[in-house]
Amino acid sequence: MEKSRYLVGIFDDEDILIHAVKNMRGAGVRIHECYTPYPVHGLGSALGYRRSRLPIAAFIFGVTGLSLALLMQFYMLGIDWPMIVGGKNYASLPIFIPVGFELTVLISALGMVGVFMVISDLRPYGKAKVFDLRATDDKMVMAIDLSRNKRIDIRRIEDMLTTSGASEIHERSL
Amino acid sequence: MEVTTSPVREPLITGKKTLHDITYDVCRHVENKPNVAWLLALATAMGVLAIGAYAVWRTLWDGIGMWGNNKTVGWAWDITNFVWWIGIGHAGTLISAILLLFRQKWRNAVNRAAEAMTIFAVLAAAVFPILHTGRPWLTAYWVFPLPNVFGSLWIDFNSPLVWDVFAVSTYFTVSLVFWYIGLIPDFATIRDRAKGIISRTIYGALSFGWNGSAKTWERYEAVSLILAGLATPLVLSVHTIVSMDFATSVIPGWHTTIFPPYFVAGAIFSGFAMVLTLMIITRRLFRLTDYITMQHIELMNIIILVTGSIVGVAYLTELFMAWYSGVEYEQYAFLNRATGPYWWAYGIMMTCNVVSPQLFWIRKIRTSIVATFALSIVVNIGMWFERFVIIVTSLHRDFLPSSWVMFYPTMFDVGTYLFTFGLFFTLFFLFVKFFPVINMAEVKTILKSSSDNTVVHHKIEEDTKVTTH
Repeated sequence: MEKSRYLVGIFDDEDILIHAVKNMRGAGVRIHECYTPYPVHGLGSALGYRRSRLPIAAFIFGVTGLSLALLMQFYMLGIDWPMIVGGKNYASLPIFIPVGFELTVLISALGMVGVFMVISDLRPYGKAKVFDLRATDDKMVMAIDLSRNKRIDIRRIEDMLTTSGASEIHERSL
Repeated sequence: MEVTTSPVREPLITGKKTLHDITYDVCRHVENKPNVAWLLALATAMGVLAIGAYAVWRTLWDGIGMWGNNKTVGWAWDITNFVWWIGIGHAGTLISAILLLFRQKWRNAVNRAAEAMTIFAVLAAAVFPILHTGRPWLTAYWVFPLPNVFGSLWIDFNSPLVWDVFAVSTYFTVSLVFWYIGLIPDFATIRDRAKGIISRTIYGALSFGWNGSAKTWERYEAVSLILAGLATPLVLSVHTIVSMDFATSVIPGWHTTIFPPYFVAGAIFSGFAMVLTLMIITRRLFRLTDYITMQHIELMNIIILVTGSIVGVAYLTELFMAWYSGVEYEQYAFLNRATGPYWWAYGIMMTCNVVSPQLFWIRKIRTSIVATFALSIVVNIGMWFERFVIIVTSLHRDFLPSSWVMFYPTMFDVGTYLFTFGLFFTLFFLFVKFFPVINMAEVKTILKSSSDNTVVHHKIEEDTKVTTH
């Protein structure tokens, strides 16, 4: 894969970063991504990200889990091998609630986390794209893809970063 | 500049920490050579595990007849220990899920270790149902709905024991996933600090390629919230279903509708006691007193006080209902608990679970490390006896007086119990050394709002002046 050139601004504080993101985007700079050591509230909306649709995935997986659990129990005890236990019905819904609930939770959690892993490209031995090693420690990192900001002069972007409060600015190829 | 720390709330992070201090304080234990105290602790735990392993070996080789269970008391230490361990696990999920939904910031410093405790406690609990099948290599999979040699005679979904299999295995899986998702960002921190090739490779593999991008954090937050929402009813369901193992039977003393809430409260009660036992040792061993503060300990003690009182009310309700029901078997079961041959177990249970937590009304006791540590152990002893009392006293007086017996544990009952202690503490001590014991990312989120570092507050005021270019 061909390497791209990035301008990397390092920030010391989450609030300065959010302000900087708003300023830069307001001035028409396209920000590649920001990297923070902890979740910063408001950063996603400042970057223009839509709300995650993972809750919908969780719901769909949950419904799947519940349906499978009920189908399994009705099939096994009601159709495949009906048996009278303690004079109760072959198959009755209240009895199937506990296992139905547990499988709803199980499939929903595993399915949602699975989707999260796939869309976020998280996997064992996954290679991390790291602009600055301190992004997982105490620095906020803003990366700007220069190939996507050809219309704006690189000097101007650097100036904007400085005036927005970046403590360091580097250029990196990744 | 005035100090902007809330005058009402105590700071949750003391010692004037910065973001980098948090990283350093947590990571140094992973990066440094192990200290002597930790090595001794691990060696002790592994010693206990080895002694216990002999008992487990004999149980497997000679059969479960090695245990003290008899024809009348068919359930004894095995299920007592199982319920005890499962109950201990509940505090972890309560802290990680329910307190997340309630936006309790103090959970951030203790959730990692508490969740680890949950997972290890469920593993310890699983030893008993697996061993009690006698030959687990032949029978352990019978509990799952698999086609089998009998022409697919399926498992009976009418049985609460089957529900229990689903509840406990779901609980274990979801807790493990929740815990691991939280660990990924912190593993990435260790990876990015790592100097050696071995640690960089191992933590690199564990961190799944995490780089802290805003998009991933956004999704991470969504996942955490949904997992918390799923784990909250899950944790309540697990001990509810465990209690149904008893409540759906027709044994006097077990057949009561109060069991589910009563068991859940007891589980959280004992779980928090175990969290305190472990955290008091860990914060001392790894010098984490700035993160797990007296404020944390006091709040957990208040939860123990609340749940302990619920348990006390449940005990009294049981006694009242036994009398009020007018059922003589039920009345006898409770009279026999309090005044029969196991009166001493009932006495220990009442003292440890009902009387001792009430001491936490006194602020001096609630904020004393020594008293908290002592009471946390007392509570766990009490909760073990609660399960013993419920199980053994209800069974040992059968419907047929000719089969009335006493239960005497053997060395192999004790040994198997020791095995689970060894397993639990070995895993826990390995965890505190090689994993980030405090959730760094989540603690960093509350640094501004809940620390005593006035410089950080000062800086915010300054920084917000820089707005436009």
